[in-house]
Amino acid sequence: MLGLDQFIAELNKSISMFLPETALVIAFLVALLLDLMFKKSKNLTGYTALIGFLVTGYFLFKQMNMQSTAFSNMFVIDQFGIFMKWVILLSSIGVVLISFFTNELYEKAKGVGEYFTLIIGMAFGMFLLVGSSNLIIIYLAIETMSLSSYVLAGYTKEVKRASEASLKYVIFGAVSSGIMIYGISILFGLTGSLNLFEINRFLAANPVNNFALFLSVIMILSGFGYKISAVPFHFWTPDVYEGAPVPITAYLSVASKAAGFAILLRFFKVTFLDSVPGNDSVWTLLGSIDWHFVIAILAVLSMTLGNLVALWQTNVKRILAYSSIAHAGYMLMAVSTMDDAGVASVLIYFFMYMVMNLGAFYVVALIANNIGSEEIDDYNGLGYRAPILGICMTLFLISLTGLPPTAGFIGKLYVFSAVVKAGYIWLAVVGVINSVISLFYYVKIFRNMYLNDVDSNKSKLTYSPASIVLLFVFAIPTLYLGIFFNDIVKWASYSANIFMGK
Amino acid sequence: MQESVPLNYYLILSAIFFVMGAVGVLTRRNAIIIFMSIEMMLNAVNLTFVSFSSYNSDPAGQMFVFFVMAVAAAEAAIGLAIVLALYRNQQTVYVDKVNLMKW
Repeated sequence: MLGLDQFIAELNKSISMFLPETALVIAFLVALLLDLMFKKSKNLTGYTALIGFLVTGYFLFKQMNMQSTAFSNMFVIDQFGIFMKWVILLSSIGVVLISFFTNELYEKAKGVGEYFTLIIGMAFGMFLLVGSSNLIIIYLAIETMSLSSYVLAGYTKEVKRASEASLKYVIFGAVSSGIMIYGISILFGLTGSLNLFEINRFLAANPVNNFALFLSVIMILSGFGYKISAVPFHFWTPDVYEGAPVPITAYLSVASKAAGFAILLRFFKVTFLDSVPGNDSVWTLLGSIDWHFVIAILAVLSMTLGNLVALWQTNVKRILAYSSIAHAGYMLMAVSTMDDAGVASVLIYFFMYMVMNLGAFYVVALIANNIGSEEIDDYNGLGYRAPILGICMTLFLISLTGLPPTAGFIGKLYVFSAVVKAGYIWLAVVGVINSVISLFYYVKIFRNMYLNDVDSNKSKLTYSPASIVLLFVFAIPTLYLGIFFNDIVKWASYSANIFMGK
Repeated sequence: MQESVPLNYYLILSAIFFVMGAVGVLTRRNAIIIFMSIEMMLNAVNLTFVSFSSYNSDPAGQMFVFFVMAVAAAEAAIGLAIVLALYRNQQTVYVDKVNLMKW
């Protein structure tokens, strides 16, 4: 038993490592209060959110090389978590900025005060999820981010599609988290603990019933799979992406996916790593169940279904929704290698994916501001009516396809090389075929923008200079990271080492 | 000493509850009844936790139950608010009538 003094010392240490999350909570409360006090102000909570994120970034920067556990092994701080937290933080900042330029939000909802407050709440949930090493915290973190995102998905109350999206999201979300905690309860009964490190020690020391273990982990996977929108837990994705406001769609497709992948990787490594062989970079897994194969199947299903269904879509947001399912598939492919090279490639991919996907959604938002539509047929001739938007969209789409010289190419390159290095040639072949299929529907968007219906009678699109500056904030890194990617790769390889406790 | 009920009975009961809840979600069309079915699934989980917790004499499982109950309350509050917003927009709470978006 810990003495009181020891306990207080431990608590102080834990709180000092919990500063980024604390900053988010304080920003949340301040935004909530300011929203109540200054009802009239337009973007006050938005600015509060930005300041809160910057303070969080400062504390996160000070944690860069830390590796420790906090709150009696409930929470882990390690380089892997910090990389993912940076991805989440940067995309949160990006989403807040995109929101400032999305007219839909200001026209179809009664004020945006709570909107930015809830974004901070969602970011807090993701931060918690990335670092959690206890099943209780995992559940609570997933619920924290889910509850905020249910509301955000339906934030534009007057839009019929938004409330429909919100309803579908909340029903699927509640069911999949229900299934997840049923899995957690079975795992708890099987191993007698909720802490991932202790579960790992128990599994290493005692044989358990394979069927029960398989069932519980598959059930837990349904919760994670729902967050990363992997097939067959993807049913909500297209509807929610289409109905929700554009910035929220972007947020769901980047940050919430990053948090889901972080916990998926951490859960598998911490729970199943056999520490006896001593080589952590190629994980030796406990037990006789072939988890590589389970994840590989999910990857193949996600890629193939995502890409094939995207071919028939006529709404750009829906196309991007299915493309995000396919991207989850590519990343799951790297997860299925279950080694540190795979983890590093997921991290690299996420950094690239963040820039290009936020950019693509931002262009969709800017176009919707002008023409009020996201249908692909309404994009005809837009390349001439809005040259800058057209060029940037083309760049983002090329990057999403994974062609050089863009960021997306580097991401895919590392994912495929990790998969080939681990010896899953068949998986890499499926991935490459899928990339080729994906080219077709990405090209469809910019073919419509440039080649269809090119009469210059229609008016030019209008957009403010500030919104173009923000567009370049996404476009320039998409090109830059495609050429100068060494720093990101180094940082990701350094961060790939998931902390195993002790 | 009184003979206690074996663990298996609790687990089977909670599995039956869970499946009933899941079937309710899949077959019912009224959004509010779907939420009731989800509550049933969550309570089935609670029963599993409590029975494992008492079988292993480890209070962590019972702790989890409190969190599940709190989250379930929050989820119900948000779910009902969303149903209300949907009703104002589309004058229905039946999920099969809510189909602006398909495939």
